[in-house]
Amino acid sequence: MGDALANAMPLQGLIGGLMIGTAAAIMLLGLGRIAGVSGLAARATGISTDGAPWPIAAAFVIGLPLGAALITALLGPVEARFPPSLTTIVIGGLFVGFGTRLGSGCTSGHGVCGMSRFSPRSLIATASFMSAGIATVAAMNALGFSQ
Amino acid sequence: MMRRVLFALVAGALFGAGLAVSGMADPQRVRGFLDVFGAWDPTLAFVMGGALIPMALAWAAQKRMAAPIADIRFSLPTRRDIDPSLVGGGALFGIGWGIAGLCPGPAIADLAIAPAPAAIFVVAMLVGMILHRLLPAVSAGQPPLETHNV
Repeated sequence: MGDALANAMPLQGLIGGLMIGTAAAIMLLGLGRIAGVSGLAARATGISTDGAPWPIAAAFVIGLPLGAALITALLGPVEARFPPSLTTIVIGGLFVGFGTRLGSGCTSGHGVCGMSRFSPRSLIATASFMSAGIATVAAMNALGFSQ
Repeated sequence: MMRRVLFALVAGALFGAGLAVSGMADPQRVRGFLDVFGAWDPTLAFVMGGALIPMALAWAAQKRMAAPIADIRFSLPTRRDIDPSLVGGGALFGIGWGIAGLCPGPAIADLAIAPAPAAIFVVAMLVGMILHRLLPAVSAGQPPLETHNV
């Protein structure tokens, strides 16, 4: 229990968070749009036809792994511990894809962009996915489900 | 359009870089934040706090701007209604987030860090999005089809 707390990265978290918020601010003040990754990903893949023009959505989505690759090139390997089970990854992905479309957004659109605007919809959505995420992890732990 | 694409590319890259720097590219660390009753890792709270600062300033600036820098108008969400889709969709997303420790941004950024598992997650996520699109009655928040005939 103490290990996770001791391994927390408050400074890197804050710096990375400032970068994420600045990126969202560039989308807002530069392009007049919300940096909502689920919506932009749906638009970039053609699953959704409304929202940002396709080239803008595609450029933002392509930028995500490019930025991550830049960090690994400059600062070295970045940790990414995925669930060991393929089934866990697939089920998680299905829920995330369906849920973010039904709920009109995810951690970036509702969490970062919406909450900073005090959008009532985003505050409710964030409370919903945060509490569902916490309950899911607690339930998996209690029932002895490993990932 | 070229200038706007460049803005979006820079924003996406900075967003992805921020995810990598902050530890949010690591599903286990994200899941650790949700493990409030167990091995809690507070890092995500610092990330969210850090992200909200520039965005709060940006919203304050946006109020005083007639148009964004590289486009003719702001295209921002205007809905304020709380409907079951919003709460239910958020809950379903949260369940998936808790199961795998991944949300859309980190999953896509991880294509550069852990390509194989990230690609599997992203494909499953896109399938989930397509499934949602195939259910128009649910997605539009409308009553089921049969009630239209009553």
